[in-house]
Amino acid sequence: MDGLVQFQRQLVDYTASLFHEGFLDEQFNQLQQLQDESNPDFVVEVVSLFFEDSERLLNELAKSLDQQSVDFKRIDAHVHQLKGSSSSIGAQRVQKVCIAFRNYCDEQNTEGCLKCLQQVKHEYSLVKTKLETLFKLEQQVLAAGGSIPLPI
Amino acid sequence: MEGGNGGSCSSMEKVMGNYGDQPHVLAVDDNLIDRKLVEKLLKNSSCKVTTAENGLKALEYLGLGVDGRNKLDTNVSKVNLIITDYCMPGMTGYELLKKIKESSIMKEVPVVIMSYENIPTRITKCLEEGAQMFMLKPLKQSDVKKLRAFVGFKLSTQGYRIQKFCGKPTDCKVGLQWPYVLCRTITFHMRDTLAQHELQPAIANPTKALCR
Repeated sequence: MDGLVQFQRQLVDYTASLFHEGFLDEQFNQLQQLQDESNPDFVVEVVSLFFEDSERLLNELAKSLDQQSVDFKRIDAHVHQLKGSSSSIGAQRVQKVCIAFRNYCDEQNTEGCLKCLQQVKHEYSLVKTKLETLFKLEQQVLAAGGSIPLPI
Repeated sequence: MEGGNGGSCSSMEKVMGNYGDQPHVLAVDDNLIDRKLVEKLLKNSSCKVTTAENGLKALEYLGLGVDGRNKLDTNVSKVNLIITDYCMPGMTGYELLKKIKESSIMKEVPVVIMSYENIPTRITKCLEEGAQMFMLKPLKQSDVKKLRAFVGFKLSTQGYRIQKFCGKPTDCKVGLQWPYVLCRTITFHMRDTLAQHELQPAIANPTKALCR
């Protein structure tokens, strides 16, 4: 029983820290609230889709910025997608960088874009690690016979 | 059913009986994550959901060929609400809205537009073209609940209240989309009497505006 309580505590604390540090926002709570018995892996599924989609977009962005003649419209379209997805799952810091990224696209500023690409890659990899850790902590709780507390 | 429009009432009731409690919603969005999210939100509100990844696929599903010709054996009668993203490559949500409103068979189906960007001119443009509502993304459960209230027929009290406000029942066209048409009639009526800054909140929540 002690183990379970400890795992639950870890989960609650970790989740709180992610919100506190701005990695996640209210939208993530919305996702968690959508999960139910008919779809118990909803959050993991959506987040996995987000990982796949983001990685694809980041690759495309790197390629596009590596061209002789940079296609800012194309880059903006990709960043728009990434901004949308990150906003939908609550990945706040990724979303914020995307906003700056789009501004550089508007200004057709290659250097600015490259800088943002680095930043967004960094934020993405951070939030990916955080979320994967969060899911592992959830697994621990479930394996110890507990259930995931719903967000308030 | 109270109020005038006796003849129209019966045709409305006939159509109302069609889908019972599980409205069929067509959700259009080019973003995979958003599609999954809107689908879950709608399913959680007891809707049957079909998704499409762009305007063309949506039109195909609705049986509206791009050349404007309507096929007979289509999904038309099955779809009760269309919800679409505004920013999509190829055909935007606005262009999709126009195509739907231009079609003789689909124009009565309510269309809701969603967008990440809160641009007032974009919103009014969509509402003027006939969109039922404009919603900001990312969507939450409470947003979909609002939608659900639209699609679920809570006609009697809402309809009656609106009739009273209008004072002219004949202004309210009765038919499949009666609750929605009423809302638009109210919207246009209110546009004449409300101050500019009162307009948007009234459009967003016509029932509340009516209860002043």
